[in-house]
Order: sequence, then structure tokens, then C-alpha cells
Amino acid sequence: MADLRTKLAGISSPNPFWLASAPPTNTGYQVQRAFEAGWGGAVWKTLGDPIINTSSRFAAVHFNGQRVAGFNNIELITDRPLEVNLKEIYETKKRFPNHAVVVSLMVEPKREKWHEIVKKVEAVGVDGLELNFGCPHGMAERGMGSASGQQPDLVEMQTMWAKEAAQTPVIVKLTPNITDITVVARHAVMGGADAISLINTINSLAGVDIHTWNTVPHVGGKGAHGGYCGPAVKPIALSMVAECAKDPKVSVPISGIGGISSWQDTVEFMLMGATNVQICTAAMHHGFRIVEEMIDGLNNYLDDKGIAAASDLVGQTVPKYSTWGELDLNYQVVARIDTETCINCNKCHIACEDTSHQCIDRLTDANGKAYLKVREEDCVGCNLCAIVCPVDGVIDMVEIQSRHAPMTWNDRQKALARMNSESSETEAV
Amino acid sequence: MNDPTVPTRLAPEAFAKSFAETVPGLTRKAAMEESNRCLYCYDAPCIKACPTSINIPSFIKRIATDNMKGSAIAIMDANPVGASCARVCPTEELCEGACVLNDESDPIKIGLLQRYATDWAVESGQTLFKAGSPNGRKVAVIGGGPAGLSAARELARDGFAVVIYEAKSLAGGLDTYGIVSFRLPQSISLWEVDQVRKLGVEIRTGVKVGVDVTTEELLADYDAVILAAGMGNVSNLGIEGEQLEGVYDAIEYVEATKTDVPPYPIVGARVAVIGAGNTAIDAATCSARLGASNVKMIYRRTMDEMTAYDFEYEFAKQEGVEFSWLTAPKRIIGDESGRVTHLECVRMELSDAVGQDGRRIPAQVESSEFLLPVDAVILAIGQKRHQSLIDHLGLKHDRGVVLIEEETRRTSNPRIYAAGDIVFGNGKGEAMVVSAAEQGKQAAYAVSRHYSSNSFQANDSVAI
Repeated sequence: MADLRTKLAGISSPNPFWLASAPPTNTGYQVQRAFEAGWGGAVWKTLGDPIINTSSRFAAVHFNGQRVAGFNNIELITDRPLEVNLKEIYETKKRFPNHAVVVSLMVEPKREKWHEIVKKVEAVGVDGLELNFGCPHGMAERGMGSASGQQPDLVEMQTMWAKEAAQTPVIVKLTPNITDITVVARHAVMGGADAISLINTINSLAGVDIHTWNTVPHVGGKGAHGGYCGPAVKPIALSMVAECAKDPKVSVPISGIGGISSWQDTVEFMLMGATNVQICTAAMHHGFRIVEEMIDGLNNYLDDKGIAAASDLVGQTVPKYSTWGELDLNYQVVARIDTETCINCNKCHIACEDTSHQCIDRLTDANGKAYLKVREEDCVGCNLCAIVCPVDGVIDMVEIQSRHAPMTWNDRQKALARMNSESSETEAV
Repeated sequence: MNDPTVPTRLAPEAFAKSFAETVPGLTRKAAMEESNRCLYCYDAPCIKACPTSINIPSFIKRIATDNMKGSAIAIMDANPVGASCARVCPTEELCEGACVLNDESDPIKIGLLQRYATDWAVESGQTLFKAGSPNGRKVAVIGGGPAGLSAARELARDGFAVVIYEAKSLAGGLDTYGIVSFRLPQSISLWEVDQVRKLGVEIRTGVKVGVDVTTEELLADYDAVILAAGMGNVSNLGIEGEQLEGVYDAIEYVEATKTDVPPYPIVGARVAVIGAGNTAIDAATCSARLGASNVKMIYRRTMDEMTAYDFEYEFAKQEGVEFSWLTAPKRIIGDESGRVTHLECVRMELSDAVGQDGRRIPAQVESSEFLLPVDAVILAIGQKRHQSLIDHLGLKHDRGVVLIEEETRRTSNPRIYAAGDIVFGNGKGEAMVVSAAEQGKQAAYAVSRHYSSNSFQANDSVAI
């Protein structure tokens, strides 16, 4: 049994699976049920002045018959009075002293407001605070959430105000609705953040009902943008986590959020620099019990790999995440089709023929049996055929020996610059 | 008081229940799951395996993308009896048998998806196709079964004025009369007939060519004739007792169940079905559902030579039908009132001699005769040819199989084309509804091609 415990900026948790600040963490009843189910921590749904919500609120994107490829919401922060939340936070922490209870906060960008709420919340005994600078709808119109999260100086200043009063670690939650997330991450760090969490939801409109022409979701025939999450956003979240993880100026731990729905996703985020993960959509889709499969899968993975602790995963892939300019232009792979296991659906052929480099031939063998073959000399190693192939393992991307030594774009530019300067020096002489 | 040993008729309600369609259609959820499972292969083998070349990946993708009309049109465009075929095609030997997922997981349920899409078309009351602008030519189609309907539909879309001559009171042929209701409800076939009628095709039912209208009249009134009269009833066995009460022709027997009233007193009866083809199985399963106490298939060869599809055989076994292999009927015995009481059979064995069809010839086992007590005997040993119609039309044939030039589907009379079972002979593949539909299409295209390529010639237009 591997050690699944994690510690994010001093906040201990029995495992890396936290519930993100969202509908599942609205009440003490829910968070306590989650802890009973096995979740290691929870970020309490954002406290602030209680708001009024709309009906309806959620929408999802289904893909080819699969439910909830993506999830969209226009729900806002807590809809309950601060005192009620504080009482339930106190009770929850008392019942589950070893679980991480972090509370998400969002107030007007005023120093005294931050001081006031930080003190009140810490007084009931929490493990940490998360500043919500990410929510893209509803609160942003009031100058909060992503409205402040999109302004690096505001993030820095508010973080500082929170830190002035805080005794517990402060996590700053970042919005992805910005050109370069590392800028805001750096300002959070400058403001004194102990950790960052990302990503919050992405501006979205889940759909348009093609029969009523209403937006999805709609509130009495009118719609507004919401926040997008769920499996579809995972690659976006992962890249933003990676960008922060490899940025030396973002020198604080990361709590990874965005489309994580399995133990495999969790491993990916941890390898890419997340100390732990926060999950919402998967729980909303399947209930809290989904964490049992995540814990079990992660545990077996670590045991199979001979890794003693989940924390050993953190950041292992970060050094491999570079820039395009550092990629070896002479590295080459080609597709190889195993005709024994190929089922002859011809999907690779038509994908290559119509949309890539026309190098998969449809041939017939001596017995009249159809088969597919890659003309390796024309294959650029794009992976498309292997991607569309419906059977795992039929198409392998095989590395072939390059005739040239490794060279990156950056190497090439340097070499060219050297040649140019040498030749101009020659000319000068 | 009723004699418990005398078979009775099933009550109408019980009859309706046991002859209702057995296989339920897909629910919307099942259809969405299954259609999304289709790989949408390029140059898909299922299309090639379909005699009518339905663009199967396309119609399935249209189900998956909620385009039911497009899906139904993709099916019915290629196969004018696509709703019937969704139920009667031996899909595991055709499209589903060719599905690339066979070894990898499970083949896509193409037949059920086709039924889902065509059921939508039936229920939505759509008319899927339009007639072409009139080209001034007239074609007579003899027979309103799958081949005739297909030919008529395609000709109408090409602008021909088409009249179908149908001997029975309803069109649809085998699909209307010959397939057991619990596999293919008559309403489906009649919907297909209606789709053809809506293109302006006139269907004259109850008219027998050669009896009610002559060949001369047809050839005088129409530019071309398509012969698609199918096959006749079951051939006689040529044994004693075939005239007895309680002896049935399997084709007529099945046809009689395509009504609202139970046709025969079979409740409690011991039934012997002679033959082991698909029609024999249909007669056997109908008997079981009509309340027979025991149904035996009497076949002179073994399971290996049986021509029924595997799924038909499996279905029959599930229905409790018994199989007496290597058993041949010798005579049917009746009582003094003329009612069948016994079937005398003889045991057979396969000899080493091989017949023309490549199957080993069965031979009687000496002194192995035995009596089987029965209340009904159903004959299902191959169908008769429409010899008199063929003679009346004056067409060349081989033992009742009309000879045609494969390319043009022309008979020995260049203005008469033929399609469907009337040209089906040994060694020509399977007599399937779907093949008949394709042949009907091809005959129609041959007629269209002929008139479009010869439209400038004066002599091709026959004086009316």
C-alpha cells in the first residue's frame, strides 16, 4: 500500500483527492458525506455575501452518446448566511480533524473586507484559505471573481491583504480566462500566496437549442455565459498547470484543477507539477463514491510501479515539458500497421488520404485479402492514423534512425546566426 | 362437450398475442448507443455485403445525429423494401456478418438500426420519394412483390408511368403474405406498397396476367414489361394421401395466418412438417404458435444439408419444434372421414453418391418404415414455378426458371425484363427478399438505360 498522503503548503491530507469549491461543498452535510466516502479534503463553497441564484443553472456537453464530456454552470457562490456556513465548517473540522478543510473566499476588493472574512473564518478552525479570483460569471459583474483575477495587480494586492490577516496557508485560485496565466500566478506569489490552484472555469456557452433557439442553459428564455469544466477542459488545465510548474518565478505548490475524472488524470496532473488535485464534475456526475475508484487506481498504480508515495510523482514530467524551439527536428517516427490485428475499417486510410500526407495504401495480397500499408518514406509521423484507429495496438508509431544528429529550431537559429556573423566578419576583412 | 383429442382453433386474442412481432425494436437509448458504436468505416464491408448496397455507415451516422428522415431515406433509396428487409434479412450472413467489429467486440446491430430508422418513417407518415417528371413511357410490372415494387419505384422516379398487375388482393408479395407475422407484421409491407403507390404507380390487384389480361394486351399497351411474378405454391410430394383433410401447403398455411382470425384448428394438434427450408421452419413455428401440442420437422437429410438459416433453426428449437433428421414420408394415412391420422415414414441414410447440388444423396434404410400419429401434415418441399404464365408470355426458361441476359435482365423477348424469384434457380445464390429488391432495381435501370440511350430512335416507341 503506497503512501497517498499529501501536504500542500503545509495543509495535510490523507490523499491527493480534494473536492473543489463548488456545489458539492455547499454544506456541512455534503462535505461530511464526502469525507466519509474517502475524499481527502474539501474546499468549502465560496463564502461571501450570500447571493440569489437562478433556475436553471447547469448544462452539459454530450459527445457521441457519452454524457458530460463538458459541464457548464451559471451558479454563483454560497447561497447561505456566513454564520450558518461557519458553524458547519466548525462541526465538520471537529468531526474530521485529519481531513483538509479549506474555505474559499470572495469579497469586494477592499482591505478591511478581506481582513474581516479571513479572521472570521480562521476563528472556526480551518486548515487554509482559497481566494476565489476565478469565477467567470455573476460575481465578475460585481468586480469580484475573474474580474479581479484578470488584473495581476489586483490579485497581488488582495492576496497581500488576505495574508496580512491570515494565520493559515493562503491558496490563490486562478482564472484561465486570460492570455498568460503565469503572469497572474507570479503576481499571486508576489502578493504572498502560499500556493496556487488552477484552473477555475472557462467562459462558455454550452449550446443553443436548435429547436427553440434558446441558449443552453436558459433562464426564462435568456442566457448568459457560464463557466466550463469537466473532461473536455483537462488538456487546457493541464497545459496551464504545466506552464506554472515550469516557471521558476511561480515558486509555490500547485493544486491542480480541471476535468480530472479518474486516477489516471490525477497521475498526469501530479507528474505535471500538481501537489494534489481538486475535483468537481466527476463527483457531480457520479456521486462522492467515485473517489473510491480513484484511490484504488492510484494505489495500485503506485504499487505496480514500485513508487512508495504519491508525492514522489509531483513534477516528474515538468523537465520534459519544454517549448517548440527545443524539440529535435531530426527525430522521426513512422506509422506501422499490424495487418494481423487490423480490422480493415480503413479509417486510417481515409484520414491520411483526405487530411494528412496520403501515405496509407490499400493493397490486396496474393490471396485476395485487403490490407493497409504505410509508405514510410512519405509518412511524416503525425500520429493521425494511430489516433483514429479504433483498436489499440494496431498502429504503432515507430522511431526510425535519423540520418542527422539531433538539432532543435533554437540550435538551428544559433548555428545560422554564427554562420552569418562569421561570414560577415570574413567579408569585413 | 369438446373432444379433447380433436384440435381446436386458437381464440382470436391469443392468436393476436402469439403472432405479434417477437423481437422488440430498439429503444431510443439503445439506438443511440448502438449507432454511436458504429465506426463509420471507409469503403465499409457492410455496404458491399448488402445486395442493395445500402450506405449503412451513413444511415447509422444519421441516426446518431438525430437525422431520422435522412437515415430512412438512405435506407429506402437503396432498398424500396428496406423496412421489411430490416426484419427478414439474414443479417449475420450479410451486413452484420461483414462488420469489422465481429472479432473485435460485437458486430453493429445493423438490422435493428435499420428497423429503428424505417419504423420512424412508418410512424411519422412521411413520403420519402418523389416521382420523376413524366417521360411519356409506360411500363407494366407483373407481380407486386419485392422485385416488382422495387422496379416500379425506380421506374416511377425516372418518370415512367407504371402499372403493377398483382394477382392477390394486396401487393407486397412474400413480405405481405409469406413471412410469419411475428417476424414481419403485414402493416410494414403494406407501408412499403403505399410508398410506391404514392409515386403515382397504379397497382391493379386481383388481376392475373394470362387470365384477366393477356400478354398481347400488355405488349401493346406498354413500352416494356417487367416480369416479377415470384414463385407459386408448394410442389406436390407425389405420395398417397396428399388430398386428405389436415394436409396443408406451407405457403398457404403461413399466408392464412396473416389475418386477424386464427385460420386452422391446430390447438392440441400433432403436426408434421415435411422439409427443412425456411418456409418449412415458418410453417413449424406458426404451428407451435397456433397451439400445436407437438411439431416435428421431417427431413430426409441431416442438419448439415438443411437449407434453413441458422437463426431460423435456432428460433424453431426455442419454439419447441423437434427435428427428425434422415426421415422421409412414404404416405399419409387418413380415417374413414378423410381426416389425416398418421404419417408413414421411412428412415434414411446418406449414401456416398453426390447429387448435382454437391449434397450427398439420401437412400432408404430397408424395412425401417414406421407410423407417426399426426393431426396435420404440412408440405414444404420447394415451390412450384409459374409455368403457365411463362408459357403464356412465350419466354425461354429452364424448368420454369426464366432465362435472362444478366446485364440487361432481358428475357428472350427483348421488351420483357425479369427479376426476383421467377429467375431464381439452383446455384444462383439465395432467394432473398433483398436480392429480389436489387434485381427489381436493376431491371428498372435496364429499362431506363434502354430508353435514354435509344430516345432518338423512332422504332423503339411502340404504337399504342
